[in-house]
Amino acid sequence: MISAPRTATDRTKLPYCHESFHNLQELRHSASLANKVFIQRDYTDGTVCKFQTKFPSELDSRIERTLFEDTVKTLNNYYAEAEKIGGQSYLEGCLACLTVYLIFLCIETRYEKVLKKISRYIQEQNEKVYAPRGLLITDPIERGMRVIEISVYEDRGSSGSSSGSSTTSSSGR
Amino acid sequence: MTGNMHLGVEEPIRECQYNQICTHNSSPMDTPHTKKKKIKRKWQVFPGRNKFYCNGRIMMAKQTGVFYLTMVLILVTSGLFFAFDCPFLASNLTPAIPAIGGVLFVFVMGMLLRASFSDPGVLPRATPEEAADIERQIDATNGPSGPGYRPPPRTREVVINGQTVKLKYCFTCKIFRPPRASHCSLCDNCVERFDHHCPWVGNCVGRRNYRFFYLFILSLSFLTIFIFAFVITHVILRSNRTGFLSALKDSPASVLEVVVCFFSVWSIVGLSGFHTYLISSNQTTNEDIKGSWSSKRGKGNYNPYSYGNLITNCCAALCGPLPPSLIDRRGFVQPDTPQPAAQTNGTGACPSNQVQSHMAATNPLLHSQTIILGGGAPLQAKTSLGGPCSTLGPSQPSLPSSIPGLSCGGELMALRDSEIHCHHHLHHQHFISPEETPSPPAALPCATHLGHHVHPAQLFDPASQDSLHEDSVRGLVKLSSV
Repeated sequence: MISAPRTATDRTKLPYCHESFHNLQELRHSASLANKVFIQRDYTDGTVCKFQTKFPSELDSRIERTLFEDTVKTLNNYYAEAEKIGGQSYLEGCLACLTVYLIFLCIETRYEKVLKKISRYIQEQNEKVYAPRGLLITDPIERGMRVIEISVYEDRGSSGSSSGSSTTSSSGR
Repeated sequence: MTGNMHLGVEEPIRECQYNQICTHNSSPMDTPHTKKKKIKRKWQVFPGRNKFYCNGRIMMAKQTGVFYLTMVLILVTSGLFFAFDCPFLASNLTPAIPAIGGVLFVFVMGMLLRASFSDPGVLPRATPEEAADIERQIDATNGPSGPGYRPPPRTREVVINGQTVKLKYCFTCKIFRPPRASHCSLCDNCVERFDHHCPWVGNCVGRRNYRFFYLFILSLSFLTIFIFAFVITHVILRSNRTGFLSALKDSPASVLEVVVCFFSVWSIVGLSGFHTYLISSNQTTNEDIKGSWSSKRGKGNYNPYSYGNLITNCCAALCGPLPPSLIDRRGFVQPDTPQPAAQTNGTGACPSNQVQSHMAATNPLLHSQTIILGGGAPLQAKTSLGGPCSTLGPSQPSLPSSIPGLSCGGELMALRDSEIHCHHHLHHQHFISPEETPSPPAALPCATHLGHHVHPAQLFDPASQDSLHEDSVRGLVKLSSV
């Protein structure tokens, strides 16, 4: 089983690396969806939003464990920041209560700001780390904050180009 | 009330139109033929039993009759107060009275509308791939069953802060419910941190609108006491000048206000007190009724969600961060995504309908009672503004969250616990019953008692079979308390 390209030099041998995936839709169109892996929530700390960092076996050949864990840990940190109960959230809550919550028509809540940061982070991770490996992360907010959905793609158009990539995708099955 | 903010596409103007959600037939497959390939918003294909207004900005439960009653009661009583009592009080005492009254009234209405119109924290149903993945995991963990080995029900155990909590699988939504979440059979949705379904507010009370609900009942207590006190003051001052009877003749509205306030204040203040206790111990009504964290269940039983500190619990509940809506009501349906679990709403609804007819057959009082809540008899309303809410909240022995195994013993304990916990609410129920006329309104408290005491056998039989029946039992219990 040939593992995913580990160095940048190896990755340049991938057929679509030079396209740099500004539009991640290209991945969806040029590759076929093979599988979806779901990272479930970790409830051991209560109802706060936290995802399991356990590395799923289906991604064993697709991505390095450390990269995956870094992504999930960063996401967990973002969610913890959003749900943090402290001075700022109290201030926001009291101010909102005094204005009969009308203030939220004008300003964003802190949670919403952090969610925007999260979606930018996921977009960036997809472009830099996951799409070159034929993976795509779906923002958990689109799945009700229940799972991190990772779509695993097999590339269709890899017949002529480097054999490494096509065997990478097919060997994962 | 947050929709998907980055969608700037304007669709043809349909502002503030009421569109009933067609729960059985709504699928994007039908729409191209009837709607000429019009792109739909997600609220139009929402699988739960909710009503949406203002193009998805407002979300309420299906039955909203009682909510309009609440609005009318508050508006009429406050209106009469401002129109008839305030001029006298402002000129004879101080103009601060109508000012404070006005502020209270605005706050009450704001909180009521916010509690009624927001998404309580509905969990969207699983996409088909997610559901399949969970099924695979369940089959994998259950493994092959040997002779005499009964596969465990669809539960997952998780240890939270030292307490073992069972997560149940929801057959309608096809997800494992997060801790403290529960499935509301009236709205047919799983709701995060489910407290109860409140018909007076016309919505479920859950994670996202609990603080609005609490502030509503708290401020309504203050408003009721305020109006009551100052109307009495007004009548006393007038009768000092002109005599009692002519004072009443001069301001007849005061009599109505006093009656409404007198009968509502007990229930509303009681309910506020109960919810203050819940907030300070960080429990939901559900958990309190079932005694999930009571020390009676065992020595080591404690609430793993409590912060340990009364003030922190209160601050977290009221001033904590407000999570966003997970269901993206105003987003557009992507034409290539299949709609999650829309079909199961049919099967989810069927048991409830069967249960409804079963309950109606066995208990004619309940049948008339549902009519009352839909139509709103004025007699009943006057005496129990907050009453049904107080009966509803505590008296739901709502099985929805985490009763493991659904054994008969478990059921009995849940019901018994609910009886125990209803003792401190019985004064609401007992207060209401003598005041009300013997005809249909009395069915309200009686039926809730019946739900507790008379039908345990009927509750056990369906529940002991299968988790799908658990959903119908839940519907049965909810109907009995409604």
